[in-house]
Amino acid sequence: MSAIQPVILWTDALVFVLVAAGVALTLYIRRHAHLRAPWGEVARRPMAAGAALVLLAFVTVGLLDSLHYRERLPDSPPDKPQYSVEVLSAFDALVGTLRTRQEKTYSAPLAMHLYAKEFVERDGAAVRVYPRLKYGGAHLADEAGRMPDIARRVMLGIAQGVSVAFLVFGALAAWQAARRKQRYGEWLADWGQGRLGWPGRTVVLVVALLATTVAVLLHLAAGYHVLGTDKVGQDVLYISLKSIRTGLVIGTLTTLVTLPLAIGLGIAAGYFRGWVDDVIQYVYTVLNSIPGVLLIAAAVLIVQVYIESRPELFDTAAARADIRLLALCLIMGVTSWTSLARLLRGESLKLRTLDYVEAARAFGVSHTRIIGRHIFPNVFHLVLIAIVIDFSGLVLAEAVLSYVGVGVDPTMYSWGNMINGARLELAREPVVWWQLGAAFVFMFALVLAANLFADGVRDAFDPRMGGRR
Amino acid sequence: MFAYILRRVLYAIPILVGVNLLTFLLFFVVNTPDDMARLQLGAKHVTQEAIERWKVEHGYDKPLLLNHQATGAARFTDTIYFRHSATMFAFEFGKGDDGRDIGNEIRTRMLPSLAIALPVFVIGLLANISFALLMVFFRSTYLDLWGVVLCVVLMSISGLFYIIAGQYFIAKLWNLLPISGFAAGLDAFKFVLLPVLVGLVSGIGSGARWYRTIFLEEIGKDYVRTARAKGLSETRVLFTHVLKNGMIPILTGAVVVLPLLFMGSLITESFFGIPGLGSYTIDAIQAQDFPVVRAMVFLGAVLYIVGLILTDISYSWVDPRVRLQ
Repeated sequence: MSAIQPVILWTDALVFVLVAAGVALTLYIRRHAHLRAPWGEVARRPMAAGAALVLLAFVTVGLLDSLHYRERLPDSPPDKPQYSVEVLSAFDALVGTLRTRQEKTYSAPLAMHLYAKEFVERDGAAVRVYPRLKYGGAHLADEAGRMPDIARRVMLGIAQGVSVAFLVFGALAAWQAARRKQRYGEWLADWGQGRLGWPGRTVVLVVALLATTVAVLLHLAAGYHVLGTDKVGQDVLYISLKSIRTGLVIGTLTTLVTLPLAIGLGIAAGYFRGWVDDVIQYVYTVLNSIPGVLLIAAAVLIVQVYIESRPELFDTAAARADIRLLALCLIMGVTSWTSLARLLRGESLKLRTLDYVEAARAFGVSHTRIIGRHIFPNVFHLVLIAIVIDFSGLVLAEAVLSYVGVGVDPTMYSWGNMINGARLELAREPVVWWQLGAAFVFMFALVLAANLFADGVRDAFDPRMGGRR
Repeated sequence: MFAYILRRVLYAIPILVGVNLLTFLLFFVVNTPDDMARLQLGAKHVTQEAIERWKVEHGYDKPLLLNHQATGAARFTDTIYFRHSATMFAFEFGKGDDGRDIGNEIRTRMLPSLAIALPVFVIGLLANISFALLMVFFRSTYLDLWGVVLCVVLMSISGLFYIIAGQYFIAKLWNLLPISGFAAGLDAFKFVLLPVLVGLVSGIGSGARWYRTIFLEEIGKDYVRTARAKGLSETRVLFTHVLKNGMIPILTGAVVVLPLLFMGSLITESFFGIPGLGSYTIDAIQAQDFPVVRAMVFLGAVLYIVGLILTDISYSWVDPRVRLQ
């Protein structure tokens, strides 16, 4: 009997499996110098390091949003507790009122009045005015006070963000100087001239920018709807932040589905050749020859029919939407493993003729052992590059699929759903642009960071590209 | 040459059979005709009679693969597979749920799709190559660096953004071109312009960056060093030697999508109201019109395989070292 009941959705479980795998892999890499070296190379690239920090911020929000629970209904008896059907997350608890402060309908970013006129009783007569928002700018007396108040909050946010960044920087400098047995000033000089061996200036700049953005947003969000509200009056900033998890889940879990298929079948085809190769090539040519969107659409329609005809399996709307998200990841994974598999097949074909593989075979080492010890480690960098490159494409694909009507559940927070719901509102006068704008900006930030990071990883891991630039 | 093409065409048959079986599996076995009927009839409490009636109307009341009641050849022909799936090999797609003949629709809708997709493809190829060559010519300078950054930024923006922004600014705010629609004949020009422009911008980021790597790979090769050693100017080296050799992977990569241009683009056509195959497909997906989706899957697969065969032929055509056996 507690105030909350933890809920582990399917995607939550898989996300945490993924995190655990990531941690295990990191520990493994740390212990092996030859694996550590290319990652050190990635960390030394300013673009990649900065992008990694931005990605980390997104991932933090996404992970917080993956800790789900249901609140206990306040009037349920203590010996037989009942829980709300609404599934919340740690992120919801953290942002608190952002979720609950709901207006009536659209309102512009930082506005204090509603978007649409309404009849309001005033002095006994009904007049058509823009009514005040319930929460946005509710602390203000009138419109004249709005701009100064916003400016004050922005300034305060910048000041706090910068001071936090300075504190972090100071601590970092102290720690680093102590570690390198340098004087404080010497380390600062090295940092200023970029002689640290890692992109210190970029890292500090990105951290400062992130801290300032968060601080400004916190101050503004306390009194306003920073990015306005949507059709049903929900805060667009909240929706955009909630959509981060959906984007990340699609970008990562799909790869999780792709990897076993691509690695297993790709290496098997290249290593065993003969009929195994023929069968696997046949399967992936068939899958490849069907246009991707159509195959995804067909499979999603079928999953939809399955879910709709079996409502008893899912106790909450969130669970149903979650299964659909998982199904989408599965389907996209099954349709997108072919390119990586082809790459791995080609590479394994080359590797199997190398002397050390032949020698291993001559000694009677089993196939599984040869693949595990000699083939797989030598194609692993290709797998890694494919993971980071595919990620951004998958995030973008989600929006397109949601538009087609075969994306995530319509009730789920996602950038695709935001765009889909708002694109017709551009025809209104004045234009409702903030929902679209927010979705595109958030998506752009995530995808750009992912692309820059992917470039860094590719350049560091692919020796063929090395030293090109 | 002829024998090779014939063999490739024969090799395509098992793949098409595979596609056909896969779609059959997806649309009739995983998702039974009963499910389809329930979805189409909408209501949750639909009666079994209504479902049966719907199945009879659409010809889904037969057994799936083997009809035990029939005798002779009808054992195999009087089934859902033979009636609805096997007929596709003869390009007879039957009727969609709206009662219109699918084959007819495909024939009339191919041209509008092509009117958008072909210019995007051709102009896009030229624009991407030009931009890539520009970056390669000024390689290792700030122009190259910022060109790559621009490419990464362009490809990080959702394709939907280009469409929506293009429609909003060019069509609605500045009234330069119509927002959407299509007309027959030469009038189509003004309707085609905006989708083509949007298509170009949304493709140039990834395209130019990819071609840049191809050209850079060529530039590191021995023949380029020889050409420079002969005293050829850098422009000459780039435009005659590197461009020509770089075109081999570019063109052969482009050939595979050539037949697929007939299918059009789902998103562009639906946003711009082009009555092509893309918008046909998207409407079918949204209306859950399974016969149409099935037909488009099959058509797409056929076109893709044609593209693969064309690619192999074009390899031997542009590069005499590749011999077809």
